[in-house]
Amino acid sequence: MPQISQILETYASQFFWLLIVFGLLYFGIGRAMLPRIEATVDARDSKIAGDLAAAEKARAEAGDLEGAWQADLTQTRAAAQAEAQKAKAKAQKDADARLSKADAEIAAKTADAEAAIAKARAKALGGIDAVAADAAQDIVAKVSGIKVTPAQAAQAVKTVLANG
Amino acid sequence: MASEGGKIDPMHQFLIEPIAPLNLAGYDISFTNSSLFMLIVLGTIWLFMLGGMKRDLVPGRWQAAVEGVTGFINDMVSTSVGPEGKKYVPLVFSLFMFILVANFMGMMPFGIVPGVHAFTVTSHLTVTAVLAILSFGTVLVVGLWKHKLHFFSLFVPHGTPWWLMWLIPFIELFSFMIRPFSLALRLFVAMTAGHVLMKVLAGFVINGLNADAAWVAPVVSLPSFILMIGITMLELLVCAIQAYVFALLTSLYINDAVNLH
Repeated sequence: MPQISQILETYASQFFWLLIVFGLLYFGIGRAMLPRIEATVDARDSKIAGDLAAAEKARAEAGDLEGAWQADLTQTRAAAQAEAQKAKAKAQKDADARLSKADAEIAAKTADAEAAIAKARAKALGGIDAVAADAAQDIVAKVSGIKVTPAQAAQAVKTVLANG
Repeated sequence: MASEGGKIDPMHQFLIEPIAPLNLAGYDISFTNSSLFMLIVLGTIWLFMLGGMKRDLVPGRWQAAVEGVTGFINDMVSTSVGPEGKKYVPLVFSLFMFILVANFMGMMPFGIVPGVHAFTVTSHLTVTAVLAILSFGTVLVVGLWKHKLHFFSLFVPHGTPWWLMWLIPFIELFSFMIRPFSLALRLFVAMTAGHVLMKVLAGFVINGLNADAAWVAPVVSLPSFILMIGITMLELLVCAIQAYVFALLTSLYINDAVNLH
């Protein structure tokens, strides 16, 4: 095994060159190049974190703006709705007042007309009694030949009408 | 691969051969094939990391890959150690990348170019020992620096009954002191064993094809070749797992030093 059999002849050369090479590696690459690569990675990480934070802030701002806009919109809509409600209520009230006035007028007219009709009907009904009594007097005379006085006929008609 | 008299030596791949002899104060510090592969590993990591240095806000594919690896190590250290672990990310990252790329470099099929041999830096005890000592030494220095002598309370776990005080600290001390050995040996053994197994199977394939008897090739070479495909896949997995285990254990040990128990 040359690693052991050659050890006495080669150890100085191995140590010497390894220390030179490892020294160059440690100081030239490990301590000089590596930190710069890590700085690049850190710079990128912090840039990404910063950008993410900025984006998050912008998002929050947009959310706030949208909320304010939404609140404004809601308020305006409520105001408009209240205004419309008020106008509607006023219109309804006006219409109700006019309607009730018209109703009252119509009711008065109807009552007058009904009274007139009732009067006319009563008059007409009174007429019917007399006609019926006359007719009954005539019919009795024609059918039986008995002469009935107008008072008797009127009495009979009244009885029949009252029953019928 | 040395094949003398038809024999293939599976250990030859670990041989360190000098490329340019160097001498410093009596020590042989020759530039070897091992040193060459260390430099290749370093260059590969540097090229990989360079692709991630565009520093775009929106990463391209390469930058995303680099950031994926650094993020992986960063997550591992921060979950093991916590927010204080940030300081140790360069160390864990260097260990992880060096072991990972060195393991993969040893698996690269450089051998298809004649005369070129892939060399696995992490299959050498001298290398894994240095890496383990770096990891263990960091734990010791950080622990003693941060907690002074209080660091030794690490060997008395919270809630130890008084009548076990003569035993538990010694077990804890032993398990603490064994850490660099287990770190170094685990990586060294895993890489060595895998590469020996692959080389032995490759030897079966080649020797079977070269055998005089015609029946040897289908009976020996073909199954060995099929098995070798699976073993190679497994080895690639082991390469990544060993690097991960080394880095994870290092960050767990650093957690002991930073936060005690």
